Amino acid sequence: MAVATETQFHVLAVDDSLLDRMLIERLLKTSSYQVTTVDSGSKALQILGLQDDQTNSPFVSSDQHDVEVNLIITDYCMPEMTGYDLLKKIKESSSLKDIPVVIMSSENVPSRINRCLEEGAEEFFLKPVQLSDMNRLKPHILKGKYKEQHQQQVLQDDSITSSNKNSNKRKAMDDEISPEMTRPRLTSSLTVL
Amino acid sequence: MAATALKEQLNGLVNSMFAEGLLDEQFQQLQMLQDGSNPGFVAEVVTLFCEDSERILADLTKLMDQAVVDYSKVDAYVHQLKGSSSSVGTQNVKLACIQFRQFCEENNQEGCMRALNVVKHEYYHLRSKFETMLQLENRIQAYETKQQN
Repeated sequence: MAVATETQFHVLAVDDSLLDRMLIERLLKTSSYQVTTVDSGSKALQILGLQDDQTNSPFVSSDQHDVEVNLIITDYCMPEMTGYDLLKKIKESSSLKDIPVVIMSSENVPSRINRCLEEGAEEFFLKPVQLSDMNRLKPHILKGKYKEQHQQQVLQDDSITSSNKNSNKRKAMDDEISPEMTRPRLTSSLTVL
Repeated sequence: MAATALKEQLNGLVNSMFAEGLLDEQFQQLQMLQDGSNPGFVAEVVTLFCEDSERILADLTKLMDQAVVDYSKVDAYVHQLKGSSSSVGTQNVKLACIQFRQFCEENNQEGCMRALNVVKHEYYHLRSKFETMLQLENRIQAYETKQQN
């Protein structure tokens, strides 16, 4: 299993329709993204490390190496958990909230679109999604990366200025990786659905 | 040389499908996604679409056969079929689904029965053209593989 190169971004696509998953995967791969597809919001949360109401639930297997998720693109209409529900859960999670989320829907319902944008979705794509829509993803990914780097910088600066007074904070940073500093990881050994 | 004739036939068929309104620009998007590294992409999508559609049509037939029709279930299936036909660019099937959903909303049994028949008619008409299309693709592929060997 290839590890993502530095220049290749990883998109997690969520859609309950097999046909649409095939399409979005091809669209993303043609646009040079690495892709993982899942068929439900709950599966998406599972592999992002969020299970039900727990955050960062530990993964059992130790021989997996993790892959970063740079953007999530999800269908709106899905059984059990809608794209909107998934979006909310992601935005409520301290570890995941900075991942850009794009919503797709076959129906052009302004109230639905506004609700998603208000909840923090970066964009709303009307289905069927086209090749030209793929060009709209990069800016959101880069914005997310900037936020991540900025936070890392802030934490580093903090540790330098407070190293003399606050050894506990320094220790916490050294011992464990805080959620804000790392991007959520996908385990690469999971099968793509 | 035979491959050229076959390719012309295939192009002719696909163009006529566009002209008739069986296919729309979304199908062209699919064609654009097919390339050297994914030569079978369109065939895969078309095959999956047909399998999906026939399953949905069978389920719809059963639902409409019930003494009391559950329109929300019917609508959910039609919504699915509308979605996949939209994704593949199969215009006539998509339009027939849109009509069908109107009747569902009205809980109009007779309207739904007629609409289901229209969807079936459009789908089977499309399917026979898709079958010819895939047969031509396979024959072309066989020729080209033979040429290389």
